Amino acid sequence: MTEDSAQAIPEPVGDDATGWTAAVRRRVEKTLPISELLPTTQPSYVGSWVYVFGVVTIAALFWVVLSGVVLAFFGSAWWHVSSLGHFFNSIHFWSVQMFFIFMVLHLWGQYWGAGWRDGRAKTWMVGVVIFAVSVGTAFTGYVVQQNFDSQWIAINAKDAINATGFGGLFNALNFGQMYGLHVMLFPIGVTLLVVLHIIQVRAKGVVRPIDDPMQVAP
Amino acid sequence: MDAPAPYIHWGFILISLPNFLLICVMVLLFVLALVAPFPSHHPKDSGDD
Repeated sequence: MTEDSAQAIPEPVGDDATGWTAAVRRRVEKTLPISELLPTTQPSYVGSWVYVFGVVTIAALFWVVLSGVVLAFFGSAWWHVSSLGHFFNSIHFWSVQMFFIFMVLHLWGQYWGAGWRDGRAKTWMVGVVIFAVSVGTAFTGYVVQQNFDSQWIAINAKDAINATGFGGLFNALNFGQMYGLHVMLFPIGVTLLVVLHIIQVRAKGVVRPIDDPMQVAP
Repeated sequence: MDAPAPYIHWGFILISLPNFLLICVMVLLFVLALVAPFPSHHPKDSGDD
């Protein structure tokens, strides 16, 4: 109750506290205490390379965003012509390849391990949405390369998207729209969803193996 | 790099060779991840690693 200690570690919100801040704080303290957010130990079954796939995916996303910021600063005349531009263009491309490869490997691990068990359905569903938004991000990236490859992709994709009836809203030939979506909306969406996904994993912990005798009954 | 990739055509399956090889590598990586020993700081058994 001393003032000094209260400054260092906030005390749990009291039952008599009211207002939306108290409600949010009570909810966070219940669903995501600091021991769950930043655990120092993990169950023994987490000691498998399968659990590294998700971490590598996050690492790849870091390099995708970082190289993308550099590309956005200097533009297509730079990334298609200069040596350093080629280098960052390649970093961006190959880190995207790594992102998708390890995201799919992570997906396989969670699918065959039934990672949605014991109250983790929302975690799985957010992962599915991340995959879908990532596909959109990659697609818009392919059509804004500013080369013949991107033109060929956009021309063909335009017909496919028009066939779905979605072409009026999402026009692959509209460079401004594709570029805006690729450098702003989609990557911000993927990043925020990945943060949410990690928080969900931290809140629930890693799911027990299917054949674990200690598995919690649904 | 400018030449089109060779394709594997097997019944209704049509896939480029680079994509096929990539999927093979991913499957191999997944299997290796399942069976490869994971380094541990606290060996519970005899401690041989």
